[in-house]
Amino acid sequence: MADDLFKALADPTRRIILDELAERSGQTLFEICGRLAMRHGLGISRQGVSQHLAVLEAAGLVTTRREGRYKFHDLDTAPLRQITERWPLPDTSAPEENTP
Amino acid sequence: MKIRLTSVFVDDQAAAQHFYTEILGFRTKHDVPIGEKDRWLTVVSPEEPDGTELLLEPLGHPAARTYRDALVQDGIPLAQFAVDDVRAEYERLRALGVRFTQEPLEMGPVTTAVLDDTCGNLIQIATQPE
Repeated sequence: MADDLFKALADPTRRIILDELAERSGQTLFEICGRLAMRHGLGISRQGVSQHLAVLEAAGLVTTRREGRYKFHDLDTAPLRQITERWPLPDTSAPEENTP
Repeated sequence: MKIRLTSVFVDDQAAAQHFYTEILGFRTKHDVPIGEKDRWLTVVSPEEPDGTELLLEPLGHPAARTYRDALVQDGIPLAQFAVDDVRAEYERLRALGVRFTQEPLEMGPVTTAVLDDTCGNLIQIATQPE
């Protein structure tokens, strides 16, 4: 599972997809393709975007939801917790040592 | 050569006529019976009564349904209409119960949104700078 996560995050296009889903969750494939093309100048085929989404889905970062005849993609950032559990962040809430 | 007519396949012509005129705001241009139940049914924009007509075509061929359903699943619109203000139109149509699969989105100079025409198709509305 961790390997899937790091593989998913290693690709710049996939990180952009996550950025766009963070702005608005629940996007159709059409919307994701439009955002990549129009906002980022990434002319990737729908099949190519579908493949990126499949990698993100395998990592648990994207989930798909069927609603009637449509299919939407949602962002799930929960798997990112594995990163800070493995390499904890410094505790920024603690008072600084040099504070008088 | 000119584009005078374009078409969308619709599940039900009566329902389509209602949606495209009463909800979207087009006007019926031609409504001529063809055969037992089908009609030559076209609508136009009230802003361009002599402009391009949209044919609301009966979904006769089984392959048309397969094609259309595959596009709808991925959120791909079959037609695009120009509006002055996508956001205002989105609010107006949503208040009338129209379902959107894509809320207004600014993509560079263009703002778009995608709605369900209740007759089997997704339609994109777009505002482009003059």
